[in-house]
Amino acid sequence: MKRKIVQFLGFMLLRVCLYLVLAVLLLFLFDIIRKGGGVMSWEFLTQAPRRGMTEGGVFPAIVGTFLVTMITAVLAVPMGMFAAIYLNEYARQTRLTRLIRLAIRNLSGVPSIVYGLFGVILFVNIFAFGTSVLSAGLTLGLLTLPWTITASEEALKTVPDSYREGALALGATKWQSIRTNVLPYAVPGMLTGTVLGLARAAGETAPIMFTGAAFFLPVLPRSLGDQFMALPYHLYIMATQHHNILKVRPLAYGTALVLIALVLGMNMAAVVIRYRLRRKRRM
Amino acid sequence: MDERLKIKTESLNFYYGAKQALQNVNLACPEKRVTAIIGPSGCGKSTLIRSLNRMNDVIPGVRAEGRILIDGVDILSPRQDVVELRRNVGMVFQKPNPFPKSIFDNIAYGLRINGLRDRQKLAEIVERSLRGAALWEEVKDRLRDNAFSLSGGQQQRLCIARALAVEPEVILFDEPCSAIDPIATAKIEELIFKLKEDYTVVIVTHNMQQAARVSDFTAFMMLGEMIEFDRTDKIFTNPSNKMTEDYITGRFG
Repeated sequence: MKRKIVQFLGFMLLRVCLYLVLAVLLLFLFDIIRKGGGVMSWEFLTQAPRRGMTEGGVFPAIVGTFLVTMITAVLAVPMGMFAAIYLNEYARQTRLTRLIRLAIRNLSGVPSIVYGLFGVILFVNIFAFGTSVLSAGLTLGLLTLPWTITASEEALKTVPDSYREGALALGATKWQSIRTNVLPYAVPGMLTGTVLGLARAAGETAPIMFTGAAFFLPVLPRSLGDQFMALPYHLYIMATQHHNILKVRPLAYGTALVLIALVLGMNMAAVVIRYRLRRKRRM
Repeated sequence: MDERLKIKTESLNFYYGAKQALQNVNLACPEKRVTAIIGPSGCGKSTLIRSLNRMNDVIPGVRAEGRILIDGVDILSPRQDVVELRRNVGMVFQKPNPFPKSIFDNIAYGLRINGLRDRQKLAEIVERSLRGAALWEEVKDRLRDNAFSLSGGQQQRLCIARALAVEPEVILFDEPCSAIDPIATAKIEELIFKLKEDYTVVIVTHNMQQAARVSDFTAFMMLGEMIEFDRTDKIFTNPSNKMTEDYITGRFG
């Protein structure tokens, strides 16, 4: 009888913890919707800020965040996948590769502001891309790489060795066995991890604030060399740097809501991609 | 023995890092015969068979010494094209390992990676291979189904058909029946018996009755050494080595 009570209490504890976390998240979401939902309108989504950012919308910030995330994806998705394929399929498991792996894990723990400073030095100054969409996107790309490499490697590890051996035994080259018998089953997982990493990058403020994000720009960037507005940075300004913070508070909440919706949308896309690809593989 | 030899190992030593797994093994497999390799767990029989198509190469830190001759050519030579070798020396693994594709695509895999695209030709070879593995009648109406929908024994015959499709000369079986039920095992044994009309077969097995039933020659191994090699009837009725006798009569192993 006592064992059953202990088990019951154990389960209760676990359940309460889960509900607590969920409750905090929901409360947080509810609060943002309540306070930011009021400003949500077609105008808010499609117009630039006006009158010292006390009116108007966040359209340039949406476009900016979208563009920067594209650059991030162009850098982090292929490089992350290729690096993972090399590490998991080709590299011998030596002390060096263990060290490299350890470095990658550690890089994912480096504070994002450090990536920002690194981006200023490397992309803005040395490569002379200036403060621009390109510099910011590449900086976020570096920040995302450790995540995409790790996620892709985990996905490759879930493919059973028998698929590889079976192909080799039929006279496939190593690359053939990877391309036809490993990647098709790893790619859904790779993409999921990658999109999650991108979603995280889209919400970052610190790395873009020195490398390209502008305080206020009434026009959209016309090339990758232009500065841009971005949702997270705009939110930061509206919440802390504006000359009339109290007045623009609803706009700040509105921006937060758009940002959350965007990130949530990307995460949902990851789920959909995985589901679709998995179903296709099963035929 | 007045047989033509297909495979011959000469003083083969094999190491996993510092650990020696094969010691001075001299195996001789006659063409179009079934050669069984038996012995207790860890005796090196899987290592030996996996050396014959250099499947051990995928394990880091392995090293082989000596020679392995197939049709007189040393496949351990650095000039040997491993891909070419494996096309010629097929392998069926311990656990059925169909690919998560349709039955048809499983069989066509080895052909497609070699560049065969002609649909009609593919269909022809797929049918011939499935017939060769005695599976055609059971799957001919469901070639588009996923291979995982087959039973374990059918999956193993699918893997045999997959190996046949690339038209090898040698087929290696690494304990092919250890993961399937007795009825499916009987079918595979029957199949192996038939395969020797066209192929040279080497089979590793834990099951001594199986070796006695399907093979023409048997090698008995222990602790990385080949203790005895002879005609199967001789090994099982009148072995010349005391250890072989003890093993086949079940005194250890």
